[in-house]
Amino acid sequence: MSKQTIRLKYACDQDKSVLINNFEARGWIPVNPDDDWNFYWANVQSIRSVFSVDSGFRLQDDQVVNHFPNHMELTRKDLMVKNIKRYRKELDKENSPLTERDENGRFVHLDFIPQTYMLPADYNLFVEEFRKNPNTTWIMKPCGKARGIGIFLVNKLSQLKKWSRDSKTSNFVPPTSKDTYVISKYIDNPLLIGGKKFDLRLYVLVTSFRPLKCYMFKLGFCRFCTVKYNANVNELDNMFVHLTNVSIQKTGDDYNAVHGGKWTVQNLRLYLESTRGKEVTDKLFDEIDWQIVHSLKAVSGVISNDRHCFECYGYDIIIDDNLKPWLIEVNASPSLTSTTSSDRIMKYKLMNDVINIVIPPGEAPDVRWNKTVSRDHLGNFYVLYDEDLAQSDPITLDPKNKLGPGALGMRGGREQKGRPSPATWK
Amino acid sequence: MDSHFAPAYTQKLLQSLKSSKIYTDLQNAAQGEVAKTNIRVSELKKGVQTGLSSSGWEKKLRNVIFQYLQTHPLSSYPVSTPTDHIKEPLAYLRKAQQAWEKRILKSLNSMCTELNIPLARKRPEKEQKDLLSRWTELGTDGPDLSQIRPVYAPKDFLEVIMCLQNPNYNASDSTGTYTLWGLVQLPLKLNDINKLRILYSDMAINQCQTGVDDSSEIPPEMFDSDRVKLGKKVIAADHGPISQEYSKKGCPMSLRASIWSQILGIELDEFDTLYYEQLKSNVIAHDLLVDSLLYKDVKLTATNDDQYFVFEDFLYQILLPFTRDTEVLKHFSRNSATPPKSYIRGKLGVEDYAVIYPPNGVIPFHGFAMYVAPLCYLYKEPVKLYYVFREIYSRYFFRLHSISSHPQGIVCLSLLFETLLQTHEPALFFHLKSVGCQPLKIAFKWLVRAFSGYLSSDQVLLLWDRILAYNSLEILPVLAVAIFSFRKTNLVKVQSYNAAEAVLADLTTLQVIPLIQLSLFSK
Repeated sequence: MSKQTIRLKYACDQDKSVLINNFEARGWIPVNPDDDWNFYWANVQSIRSVFSVDSGFRLQDDQVVNHFPNHMELTRKDLMVKNIKRYRKELDKENSPLTERDENGRFVHLDFIPQTYMLPADYNLFVEEFRKNPNTTWIMKPCGKARGIGIFLVNKLSQLKKWSRDSKTSNFVPPTSKDTYVISKYIDNPLLIGGKKFDLRLYVLVTSFRPLKCYMFKLGFCRFCTVKYNANVNELDNMFVHLTNVSIQKTGDDYNAVHGGKWTVQNLRLYLESTRGKEVTDKLFDEIDWQIVHSLKAVSGVISNDRHCFECYGYDIIIDDNLKPWLIEVNASPSLTSTTSSDRIMKYKLMNDVINIVIPPGEAPDVRWNKTVSRDHLGNFYVLYDEDLAQSDPITLDPKNKLGPGALGMRGGREQKGRPSPATWK
Repeated sequence: MDSHFAPAYTQKLLQSLKSSKIYTDLQNAAQGEVAKTNIRVSELKKGVQTGLSSSGWEKKLRNVIFQYLQTHPLSSYPVSTPTDHIKEPLAYLRKAQQAWEKRILKSLNSMCTELNIPLARKRPEKEQKDLLSRWTELGTDGPDLSQIRPVYAPKDFLEVIMCLQNPNYNASDSTGTYTLWGLVQLPLKLNDINKLRILYSDMAINQCQTGVDDSSEIPPEMFDSDRVKLGKKVIAADHGPISQEYSKKGCPMSLRASIWSQILGIELDEFDTLYYEQLKSNVIAHDLLVDSLLYKDVKLTATNDDQYFVFEDFLYQILLPFTRDTEVLKHFSRNSATPPKSYIRGKLGVEDYAVIYPPNGVIPFHGFAMYVAPLCYLYKEPVKLYYVFREIYSRYFFRLHSISSHPQGIVCLSLLFETLLQTHEPALFFHLKSVGCQPLKIAFKWLVRAFSGYLSSDQVLLLWDRILAYNSLEILPVLAVAIFSFRKTNLVKVQSYNAAEAVLADLTTLQVIPLIQLSLFSK
């Protein structure tokens, strides 16, 4: 079914075997990014020129590309935080049932990113918060960088002198993304398995923001730190304890090249269901799904919803020891480098399934296509949220009508119990 | 008590009860009942009995007796039978096991001599402190293991089993009718497919199963919700036989840990915790050579396994205390093996100076850690994990690495595998044999490890559900045959051992329960 009857032309910026092998298996023809392509797997740099006004270049109806023009709204740490905060405010104004709060005044459904400030912009706000809880550890991340570069932990204000407004020269220049940082409350009670800390890398495919159509890849994985977790402040400099990024862990002595510190989400589920029970495990995975949908909803108004675009995001999530998930960040170009053989198989499937969803089966890309994917073409993805389905077909929301994932606006039906119906979101 | 229990058996059971904790507990409880004001002297006995039953003590007693019955099968031997005969009735197999033990011990001793390390030594104070502080992260900065090699691997053990001969049985004529096709050349009595079908009848295709019908593709209302509901009732009943019966159709992930503890009769109290702590302090005090063997084994297996690497540190916390646990020695009354002995320096052969080495009598082989690894998914507290593992090992897994004629022993399981495969896939068996690839050469390691490390973790647990439920390891060869059948299309094309091995190298995608059903019930 996945075999394309038409030999499409593809362009690709990354020389990654999981990409090229997929294109070749379909009999696609490689072309230069400057030529006429049907499918372009671009890196974030070249995507700017594709959409820049100066290039004078208009995408044709049969062309698709793997990024939205302003994906930074979701994938740059500061912008994501700003958008989610705004989204919460808007819902609050509408008195949406989603803004339900608990006895401590925290959002029940919408409190899913660790408390975060922008530096230097929010420096004073941050100082105020820091003084309230001086024993908290914070994590500083440069806005525009990925793979753990430039990240450090902070537990004293003096470490942040450089970012205070006072230190700026009088001719104030608005900071660029290069030297803006976000500082977030560090999750200091992460869930540990075998004594080790981990985070989740989940792949989410978005084919449209308005209406929102997004899919979750079932074969996500946990990334483990090689060193036993230790919240001791003396260990703050030992980044192997704190950062799960494979690019960081790979340089450690204990890095194992056979498994690369990666554990499948299925194994995580087996462990959690066995040791903690089914109800809390279902709740956790359900919450993760909803967080992702909320984060996408939060940017759906600002993203330019170009119909030529799709995007496969790498979501990073940390679970704390109360089994509450926290959204840490979203990557626009999750690594397609394979560290192990099972990693290669998984990423190959990811690309294969992405292509099957973004290109109408057996046809050339077509912007007029309604982007509704039949169950047979979902592969290892399931429908995370489909605004069209959720709004047009109330039957799909009936929990009884559970023919498995994919048939529904939202995965399953039982997950929706006790939650506001997604159809109420406008 | 039912009449089919021989008086001697009942006698032994009573003896064992009297020396166990339940006896004093019951006595105390009975005294409590007597002291109650509503008891009439005229109906003292009846009153105490109803009191004990309604306060749950009767169930506890039943559970203890159930555990005894599980681990002490009814014996058909007369009372005067010598113990080594009970351990293994066939003299030539007894000898073979002894020779094998000697070989292992010799290899262990020669490693000691070669590397100039003692079998055991007391740790200096400083080292003890260091070890204690690292107890939960023993995986990092372990000892230098470059010189250590596993004492034996399943491959070596298979070679021994292949050479076993029954002296009363004429197999000298290699083309004769009496020569078996496979590698195991012993005429042992086995269950045939019809008996197995009856034994495993609860796994029949028309019976809904956890491991098949709980798939995410199937709406939970069809099966899974009710199954979980029933399972919760079973757990609430807290009665071993009921849990065992329930497990025949598999345990839902969220209930498995409790169901298994009930089947195995693991109920921890402060004594158990204390006992584990004692074992731990024994590890801290002394350094044994087997520790290094276990370290090496974990490093070679679980540490490199993408399903189990997470639990590396847990494994040491289980395996090292296990070697010090003399309770494990009890299982040797049912095992054809005898715990190895070592002698204090200069007193070689003098029985008075003999000590069992290691203290639990079990010398680990390559892959031993994999008996523990799947259990790490079920229990997050090392103590619970420890007792569950110890019980499973001394009920089942010890049979997978000793030579015996027991129907659950590795020899019979291997033979059962070969016989079933020959009966159901004769063409496949013949083809593999003729290209120089005896099927057992591939399947043997699966059997020895009870498939741990070969299947995906959830599947191993589903398989072990059935081992505990049917109190039998015979499901292992059944599955091995099923796998050969399932990969038949590719196997009939291979022309070499390596090619066959490649076809069967990755089993992580298999769904074991449907496979077993297919091979047991479809023909």
